[in-house]
Amino acid sequence: MPNKDIKLNRDWKKQDALKALPTRDGFGEGLIEAGKRDGNVYAICADLTESTRVDGFKKAFPDRFVQMGVAEQAMAAIGAGMCLAGKTVFIASYACFSPGRNWEQIRTTGCLQKTNLKIVGAHAGVSVGPDGATHQMLEDIALMRVLPEMTVLVPCDSIEAKKATILAAEIDGPVYIRLAREKSPVYTTEATPLELGKAQIFREGSDVALIGCGPLVYQCLLAAEMLAEEGISACVVNNVSVKPMDEKTIIEVAKKCGAIVTIEEAQAVAGMGSAVCELLAEEYPVPISRMGMQDRFGESGEPDELLEHFKLTAPHIVLVAKKILKKKSIK
Amino acid sequence: MPDIRPILTLSEKKLLSLELQANEIRKDILKMLTEAGSGHSAGPLGMADIFTALYFHILHHDPNKPLWDDRDRLFLSNGHIVPVRYATMAHAGYFDKSELMTLRKLGSHLQGHPEITHLKGLENTSGPLGDGAPQSVGTAYIGKKENKPWHVFCAMSDGELEAGIVWEAAMFAGKYKLHNLTWIIDRNNIQIDGFTEDIMPLEPIKDKFEAFGFEVIEVDGHNIDRFVDACREAQAIWERPVVIIAHTIPGKGVDFMEFDYKWHGAPPGKGPEDTFKKADQLNEALKDLRTLGGKIKSEHE
Repeated sequence: MPNKDIKLNRDWKKQDALKALPTRDGFGEGLIEAGKRDGNVYAICADLTESTRVDGFKKAFPDRFVQMGVAEQAMAAIGAGMCLAGKTVFIASYACFSPGRNWEQIRTTGCLQKTNLKIVGAHAGVSVGPDGATHQMLEDIALMRVLPEMTVLVPCDSIEAKKATILAAEIDGPVYIRLAREKSPVYTTEATPLELGKAQIFREGSDVALIGCGPLVYQCLLAAEMLAEEGISACVVNNVSVKPMDEKTIIEVAKKCGAIVTIEEAQAVAGMGSAVCELLAEEYPVPISRMGMQDRFGESGEPDELLEHFKLTAPHIVLVAKKILKKKSIK
Repeated sequence: MPDIRPILTLSEKKLLSLELQANEIRKDILKMLTEAGSGHSAGPLGMADIFTALYFHILHHDPNKPLWDDRDRLFLSNGHIVPVRYATMAHAGYFDKSELMTLRKLGSHLQGHPEITHLKGLENTSGPLGDGAPQSVGTAYIGKKENKPWHVFCAMSDGELEAGIVWEAAMFAGKYKLHNLTWIIDRNNIQIDGFTEDIMPLEPIKDKFEAFGFEVIEVDGHNIDRFVDACREAQAIWERPVVIIAHTIPGKGVDFMEFDYKWHGAPPGKGPEDTFKKADQLNEALKDLRTLGGKIKSEHE
C-alpha cells in the first residue's frame, strides 16, 4: 500500500481514471506561479516556446519573457548576465540542446558564479518518441549532477513538476529541472510533499527497494503491486532531488531492504542510479541493479513502444527485482 | 529615459597623470606576473592605458562600495588579461597593492582567471573565451529595460571573436538595440598560437559588427585622450550598441615583448630568451618602463 503521508491520488492504481499530462505542462504552470510570486523571475526560450510550455508565462508576463532564437550557449550566458543584474532566470529548451550544447556556459556562468540560473531541459528520455535519438536526451542527469553548486530535480509527474518549478525559483543558485515530452499518469496531489534534498517513500516495503526518478516512478509503483502478488514486499522511493540527494533516506532504505533496483530514463552510467551506488558503496553496500539506457542511444518509435523496447516498464522492473533478490540471498 | 551621467573631457593635466598612472600599473603587472611565475604578459600590458582610462576617468564607481547598485559595469570577457584589472583596481583603492603579489597563489582573492566569488568589484567570472560578452548583454538588457543610469562596458579580445557565442550575443544586442552597452575589443592581432589573421582571419571586423547592428568606432588603444572621446561618443549614440575596436600593441611599453606572440602567455622570467635571459627579463622590462621606452632618462642612468 502506498505511504499515507505521501497523499497520492486515491485512484493511483487505476491508470485509466488518472489524468495523463506531460511533466512539461506542470513546469508551465509552475513558471507562471513563480512569476506571480516574484517580479524578478524571467524566462528565456530558444525558439521552443510552445513545446517547452513557456508560452503561458509569455502571455502572462510578456515583458519578462525573452526570445533568444536558436542560440543555447548565449541563452545560458545572457541569462546569467540577467542574473548578475538581480534576476532569477529560467532558460528553457530541449535537454539535448540545453544543457546538451551549453554545458560550459552553465558551468562557468551558472555554477562557478553561483547565479540564479534555472535550466529547464524538456524532452528528456527515450519517450520523446518518433523524433529519434538526436532529440532523446539521456546524458543530462550525468552532466548536471557532476557540477558543484548545481541542484538537480527530476519530477515524477505534472503536479510535482509544478512544485519543483516554484521550488527552483526559491533556491539560491543554479538548478536543473528535467522534463518529459510524453504524457504520463498524474498520481501525486497538491498535498504530496516536495522538499529540496528529500526523497519520498511512496510505498513502504522490506524485501527490495525500487528507487526511481521522473515519470518511471509510476512504473515502480505498478511493479511493486505485481511483486506484492508474488509475496514480495517492495519499497518505492521517488528520488526527485537527485542532487542534493537524500542520503539519510537512501541509506535507511538500503538497511531495511538489503537490495535495490534504480530506474531512470537516462544512461544507467553516471545518472541517478549511479549516485545511489556511489553513496551506498561508501556507506552501506547492498546488491544494486541500475535500470536505464545501457550505454546506447535511443531510436524512433512510439513512446510506449520505446519504453517497452528498452525494458523500462513495470514487468521488466519485476524481473530485475527478482534477480536482485537472488543476489541478496547469496550474500 | 534615465539620467545621463556624462563622461567628462580630459584636461591636459589629467591626461598626463593618466599616462604616468598607466606606466605605474604596467610595472605592477610585470612584478605580479613574475612573482606568480605564470600568466599572460602581452594582453595586460597592451590594455593598461584603456583600463587606466576606465577606472580613473570613465567609470562611475566607488572602490569603497564595490557592489554599489548604480555603478557602471565593466565586464571582462578575456579573463586571462585580468592582471591589468587587478593592478588597476589596486591603484584605484579596491584593495591594498601588496595583495597583488598573491596573484595565482593558494587562498588569494586574485585567482589566475577572475572570479566574482573571490573578489568584490569584478562583474563576472571569466576565462573560457566568449562567455563575458553575452553576460554583459544580459546585464545591459535589464539595465535598459529598467532605465538604469549605469552603462555596461565589456573588454574582450580579438581572438575570442572566433567563438560563435560572441556572435550569438551580438545578434541579441542588435535586436534589442542595447545603447547602454559598449564592447571594447583589444585588437592586438595575436593569440596563443600566432597571429589572428593566420589562425582564423577575423577581418573585416568593422563590417561584421555593422552587419550585426553595432556602431563601430576605431581608436588607437594607447591614446587615452582618443579612447575617452570614443567612450563619450559611445554614450551619445542611441538606438544601437557600440563596439570600440582599440588597436593596441601586445606587450606595449616593453620593447622586447611588443608584437611578439610568444609573450602572449608567458610572464617575465619564463619568456623567450631571444633578447634577454630569463633571469634578466623583469629588470630589463622595468627599465624600459622607467624610461618610458627611452623618452625620459632616469636620474641614475
